[in-house]
Amino acid sequence: MKAISTTNTDVSRSRWFRSWGYHAEFYAQTWRGSVASSVLFPILYLASLGIGVGHLVAHHHGLVDGQTYLHYIAPSLLATTTMQLGEGESLWPVLAAVKWVRTYHAAATTPLEPDDILIGKLAWVATRAFVTAVFYTIIIGFFGALQSWWCLTLPFIGTLVTLAFSAPLVAYAARSQSDASFTTLYRFAFVPMFLFSATFYPLSAYPGYLRPVVQFFPLYHGVALARAAAFGQGAMAAQLGHAAMLVAMAAVGIAWGRRTMRRRLTD
Amino acid sequence: MIDSHILEAHHLVKRFGDFEAVRGIDIAIDRGESFGFLGPNGAGKTSTMRMISAVSQPSDGTISIFGLDPRTDGPEIRSRLGVVPQEDSLELELSVRHNLEMFGRYFDLPRRIVRERATELLEFTQLTERANDKVDNLSGGMKRRLTIARGLMNRPEILILDEPTTGLDPQARHLPWDRLYRLKREGVTLIITTHYMDEAEQLCDRLVVMDQGSIVAEGAPRSLIERFSTREVVELRFMTDDHEEYFERLSPFAERVEVLPDRILLYVNNGDDTLRDVHAAQITPSSALVRRSSLEDVFLNLTGRSLTE
Repeated sequence: MKAISTTNTDVSRSRWFRSWGYHAEFYAQTWRGSVASSVLFPILYLASLGIGVGHLVAHHHGLVDGQTYLHYIAPSLLATTTMQLGEGESLWPVLAAVKWVRTYHAAATTPLEPDDILIGKLAWVATRAFVTAVFYTIIIGFFGALQSWWCLTLPFIGTLVTLAFSAPLVAYAARSQSDASFTTLYRFAFVPMFLFSATFYPLSAYPGYLRPVVQFFPLYHGVALARAAAFGQGAMAAQLGHAAMLVAMAAVGIAWGRRTMRRRLTD
Repeated sequence: MIDSHILEAHHLVKRFGDFEAVRGIDIAIDRGESFGFLGPNGAGKTSTMRMISAVSQPSDGTISIFGLDPRTDGPEIRSRLGVVPQEDSLELELSVRHNLEMFGRYFDLPRRIVRERATELLEFTQLTERANDKVDNLSGGMKRRLTIARGLMNRPEILILDEPTTGLDPQARHLPWDRLYRLKREGVTLIITTHYMDEAEQLCDRLVVMDQGSIVAEGAPRSLIERFSTREVVELRFMTDDHEEYFERLSPFAERVEVLPDRILLYVNNGDDTLRDVHAAQITPSSALVRRSSLEDVFLNLTGRSLTE
């Protein structure tokens, strides 16, 4: 009996997990530079806008959707932060790995398959997103913006937002020849999305004809979801709709990335 | 399967769109052999290497490595191969040692083993003193040695090297060569691409000459030279813009004459005798050199072009 049970105990780490571990170890060596942008900046935003603009808002309207302005924008900054993490991790680092430095090509000469390299990367980005979102949830808790047990889902919402952006952007970067279009993406997609996804004021502040445009932005769904979780408000069906949008983006991104990564590394 | 080739490829083809980079080549490599692909840039060497390292799939033909099929057993094959790609592809921000250890983890080697091997290989490639330096600060030769060390982390049975010393100073090439020679003595099968004929002559037991995606000759370096060139070569330079004008006058003195942009090559058996005859015929080159034939001459003879142009 014993002989039979020991034959297969030599379980090796699955291959995508080795790629995850590589990213984790790389981060352990180089994390210092990235802490400011992922933790400090959102806090500065929150402090400056929440306290400064919040002061003005309190004078004019009092509350926004029943919240103080600081509380109102705190969850949306969790969504924008995790979006920005997804963007930052997925364009230049991936193009460097497939073209400039070619570290993914080096990885492709090991037992890893292109799928392992892709999934390991996304799993690592998701890990960072989760940790960042946990920190961030605690911080906005200190600011008093958490009003429901649903706030425990915020780290998962943050991770989902990151993946919704990271997966398609990794796929896109894996097929890019230069970074010329990346800057364009930032200028004409990411920055407007950051500003106009009902991030800093409610959808009702937009004229009627612009609302469908805002609702078309992926970040809008992340912001709405984060807000609903923090305050415990909103219809469940609507939240599921928002989540489904983000899941769909991540899923399409992964499917696309499997193709582009394979083509880039094995052609 | 015992005693069969460690690597075999039949009718290997690689197409990129309409362009055929590799045009139906056959190779068979024995265990412990050191095998070379010699050819100029664009000959299809790198495409071939990527296929036989079980990374890229052939457009046509079959490959067997360790008796396994890369289409179905890629990860298993790659776990027993070491690859030194043309570009170093190292993590520039990390230390020399971290580059090795992290790469070793791709093979799922335990941390202790990875650490031991990294130490061993740093010694082997004479990088021990630089172990904690950032890779960015290394010289080209050191980076190359580190890439070779990285390719050895999994103790591969076959080490595949794509242009191992291209871009290095002549003196920086000797250490890699020496180390590869040691590996060969330890029984590692080496597969090397190069466009340096001296590298091919130093390292390869046997090689194929590639040109435009096809194999144009195969054999040991010495036997290729015997088969496709004469024993000696006389190189003559004249004060002229066009060496072609000397072709007719020099033809009678040699078995074969090649005109290059800056010189004329006479293929002969005894260079000193030929040079004396040329001088006797009142032909006065501005400089003259007698040397032994090399693989460069083989390539020139087979393709009409120079290896390094």
